[in-house]
Amino acid sequence: MTNLVEIRDLKVEAKTDSGRIVEIIKGVSFDVAEGEIVALIGESGSGKTTVALTLMGHARPGCRISGGSVRVAGKDMVQLSEKARARVRGTEVSYVPQSAAAAFNPAATIMEQVIEITRIHDLMPAAEAKARAIELFRALSLPEPDTIGNRYPHQVSGGQLQRLSAAMALIGDPKIVIFDEPTTALDVTTQIEVLRAFKAVMRRGGIAGVYVSHDLAVVAQIADRIVVLKGGEVQEAGSTEQILSDAKHPYTRELLAAFEPKARGAAPVVSQVRPILEIENIVAGYGTIQSNGLPLICAVRSVSLTVEKGRNLGIIGESGCGKSTLARTIAGILPTCGGRVIFDGQELAPSASKRTHEQLREMQIVFQYADTALNPAKSIEDIIARPLSFYHGMYGAARDKRITALLDMVQLPASVRNRRPAELSGGQKQRVNFARALAADPKLILCDEITSALDTVVAAAVIELLKELQRELGLSYIFISHDISVVEAICDEIVVMYAGEKVEQVIPSTAGKRPHHPYSQLLFSSVPKLDPHWLDGLERDPELVRAYCQR
Amino acid sequence: MTTDTAKTPAAGRLGYRFNLVGMLALAVILLWGLVAVFAHLLTPYPVGDIVDVDYFGPMSKQFWLGSDYLGRDIFSRIVMGARYTVGISVAAVAIACTTGVVLGMIAAVSGGWTDTLLSRFLDAMSSIPSKLFGLVVVAAVGSSIPVLIITLSVIYIPGAYRFARALAVNINAMDFITVARTRGENVFYIIRSEILPNILGPVLADLGLRFVFIVLLLSGLSFLGLGVQPPYADWGALVRENIGGLPFGAPAVMFPSIAIASLTISVNLLIDNLPNKIRDRSAQ
Amino acid sequence: MNHRILSLVMSRLLITAITLVIVSFAVFFATMMLPGDTATILLGQAATPEAVAGLRTAMHLDEPAVIRFIRWFGGLLTGDLGTSYANDMPIADLIAGRFINTLKLAGVTALFSVPIALTLGITAAMMRGSLYDRIVTVLTIGVISVPEFMVATSAVLLFAVYLKWLPALSFANEVHSITDLLRVYAMPVVTLTFVVSAQMIRMTRAAVVETLNTPYVEMALLKGASRKRIVLKHALPNALGPIVNAVALSLSYLLGGVIIVETIFNYPGIAKLMVDAVATRDLPLIQSCAMIFCVGYLILITLADILAILSNPRLR
Repeated sequence: MTNLVEIRDLKVEAKTDSGRIVEIIKGVSFDVAEGEIVALIGESGSGKTTVALTLMGHARPGCRISGGSVRVAGKDMVQLSEKARARVRGTEVSYVPQSAAAAFNPAATIMEQVIEITRIHDLMPAAEAKARAIELFRALSLPEPDTIGNRYPHQVSGGQLQRLSAAMALIGDPKIVIFDEPTTALDVTTQIEVLRAFKAVMRRGGIAGVYVSHDLAVVAQIADRIVVLKGGEVQEAGSTEQILSDAKHPYTRELLAAFEPKARGAAPVVSQVRPILEIENIVAGYGTIQSNGLPLICAVRSVSLTVEKGRNLGIIGESGCGKSTLARTIAGILPTCGGRVIFDGQELAPSASKRTHEQLREMQIVFQYADTALNPAKSIEDIIARPLSFYHGMYGAARDKRITALLDMVQLPASVRNRRPAELSGGQKQRVNFARALAADPKLILCDEITSALDTVVAAAVIELLKELQRELGLSYIFISHDISVVEAICDEIVVMYAGEKVEQVIPSTAGKRPHHPYSQLLFSSVPKLDPHWLDGLERDPELVRAYCQR
Repeated sequence: MTTDTAKTPAAGRLGYRFNLVGMLALAVILLWGLVAVFAHLLTPYPVGDIVDVDYFGPMSKQFWLGSDYLGRDIFSRIVMGARYTVGISVAAVAIACTTGVVLGMIAAVSGGWTDTLLSRFLDAMSSIPSKLFGLVVVAAVGSSIPVLIITLSVIYIPGAYRFARALAVNINAMDFITVARTRGENVFYIIRSEILPNILGPVLADLGLRFVFIVLLLSGLSFLGLGVQPPYADWGALVRENIGGLPFGAPAVMFPSIAIASLTISVNLLIDNLPNKIRDRSAQ
Repeated sequence: MNHRILSLVMSRLLITAITLVIVSFAVFFATMMLPGDTATILLGQAATPEAVAGLRTAMHLDEPAVIRFIRWFGGLLTGDLGTSYANDMPIADLIAGRFINTLKLAGVTALFSVPIALTLGITAAMMRGSLYDRIVTVLTIGVISVPEFMVATSAVLLFAVYLKWLPALSFANEVHSITDLLRVYAMPVVTLTFVVSAQMIRMTRAAVVETLNTPYVEMALLKGASRKRIVLKHALPNALGPIVNAVALSLSYLLGGVIIVETIFNYPGIAKLMVDAVATRDLPLIQSCAMIFCVGYLILITLADILAILSNPRLR
């Protein structure tokens, strides 16, 4: 039996901003058999999406397929004319994009776009196509399958759009579907539904797939085989079982190691002194204050929590649950509408501009995107130097020495000093971001999703660094994340938030305790495990899912 | 995320790569700048003197670009006119952009009422057509070089303001500004040290565009007789003086026009050929 | 959904109203800066102080500027534009015929420039990077970069001097036949069309190029859609708002262009009237003409914004 897809020695070139040509895919080869789902896994910049797009003969603007062959059902997509490629797209190979929200044309109804492939290639009459689309909507367990197609893209949720884009890909009965990180933008509880729908439809139709992802656990649920990419080259390829249990390549092992649950280690003895931070009944939100004293859009509703000195508190929840707003409120970026923030025994003013120098210095906040958190026009040295001179009045040689020490602390080479943020990798930037917070000599650091934009392996290293610094400096962290495994790796206690409220405060599951609240249970059970049978074995209470996953 | 974003640090800050068109445009701009500065050394004849027996004389060895409606040397008058056109425009664009950019950054960083009031007022100002505004003010106050400079800069402050504000609002939404605020930094520090360096590139490109607008408006006003007053003349006034030569295509009316076009087209071409990096950093 | 659009449109109209007040304030006070006493200027240096004082009272010149502004603004709203200083005629009568002439000029220009500009702008965007696109881009930059009077003088040189197709001057009052009509309007319209189209082409092209760079256009490509289908079904419906906006904004350039063009071609429109009024320092006439231009401009930019709101599919 010949393979459906045979990629041989594929090379792709890209033109950089400065006009240089670089090879971003350096001779990739792999096959996909009929009905088989192959996952392309790798970190950002590994070239996985670029490779996947070549299956449709497409290279993004600025890129060019420069060598090799991509045979799909016997046709070499590299050699075909643009017209011939267009005939294959949608009928034999189709595509599910990473962000369905951006890939739907805002000016046309969903149905028009879902059945567009049948119109373009003249596959069937419109009525038949519509009936087929509704069938697919039902198969993908979309709500109101008969009428959802009449809506415009902005009128349905992200999770639904993602499934609708799968319907769009499947309508032309393709032999193979490319999934480009289709669940990355979704919350974990929604991700499960979408993954299940994909898996069921693909299995029923015996359709082959190429599933692009950075998440090994997600891939483990859906793929038959895994191809690990790094730097535009295949590092390792094998069946899912084989990769998960017996990885050969060091990079694959690193990826796997990042998944291993790491206990926080022995929590320091709780000291008798007062807690570092106490929050009482905080209310915060956006918009004008209404007559009932609440803001127009209330993002945080009466949340209380306590952080003991030297201990870490995690705050988890899905997008829109108010966890980031809570962090901003504590830091005084968004003033509270009610409740008190008591820091080290002193009540803090709601707004940062009313807080004292010392209060500001002792509580630092580190943001998710190091790209926007570091001024691109300044050198790393200038970025770290500012808090030193601002808070400690340090200049000249003393400041220089301290900068060296701080860079050393976050394990960055001294050579980055004179570079600008754009010249650093994501992980390095996040370390600089952290070094700037450390420069203030804080007692408490608020970490707002600081590992979310990083690749798994890099994130794990940053978490290790944070733990180490805590041991050395006796810091406390508030760790905000949607990623439960990250929070469990570093926190002593975890607060679960839902719709602006604190649902429950739990001890990490690595300590052997189970959450009680139904939402926490749903949330914790939705985190994909490396076990390939996890998704099939997962049972969820449909009532609960309906109650908590409207998105 | 698909393309490799490996950057060459060397091509980063100063080593912008210009293409040929950009280089040529830059050369023309520099040439006119030098002419404006050294005008008094370059004129073969005194600007006001009638040196040709003929009027609207043709191009000749003696009078390179012919003579005007009184028989004055056009080459000398264009060289001297560069001083007025370039000088007034540069002064006006400097005032307009400095004021606009400073106000724009203040509005973006302060937000609230300062922003609303400034924006509303300057938006209203920009809904007066520029040529009309110039016409009314110059008619009212009379034309002199300081009045022209101030009028031209007032007309283009709203545009510079709006542009700088839009850029600064984008930068202001970034986390490093939030970090600076929670550090306790004052507005002045944030504007000077965090925002300005990040909007400088696009602001300079915008300054070039606005320079073109100002040259065009100044020429237009002079053409209407409201700009630089006789016996002095900028390029627009030269066209006005010699418009009588148009029916027979006299060089006296062609060359001042060509001078204006060479300057404005060069600036536009230079900006169009700047690397994207400086042109729209806001899009990042 | 619909009342969201309505409230957005209403708030835009409110902003226009506020802007109108600020603008008329600015126009009023700009003309107030005129040096010398209006009454003295009107009566001449030889007038007796009593006569000057009498005229001042009659013209309410003694009252504070704000009161005069309110009186003037009230007059504007009720259609009372005041009396011309220069020839003592009601300004409304002076303006009426001229205003219609200018509107005709603007209308004919729009009729030509909108279809030309949209075609060139959209096709250039579709063929981005091609020779055709580059030629269109260079030409538009060229036209945008030169003063309007230069476009006008070049047109005269080309059509009147070298080709001898058209007369250099126009007199709208001597129209007897269609050929006359053509000859009268041709030069001003040709000039204005060049100026306005260049702006419109540039903005239209930018709007279409922007939509062509969106993920949903890439998606359409990956569905196997043809170039024609991608542009017609996906790019254009979404670029419609920005394009209409560009058209309205570009037409506002007409107002600046009309001042120069009417002067050069001696066209009896409102801009020519105003330039003449500037020469005679006829204050009420300048104010009224200026206000007509400002209102026209305001209407166009407000229209541009409202059309942008209406065509946003996300607000549907």
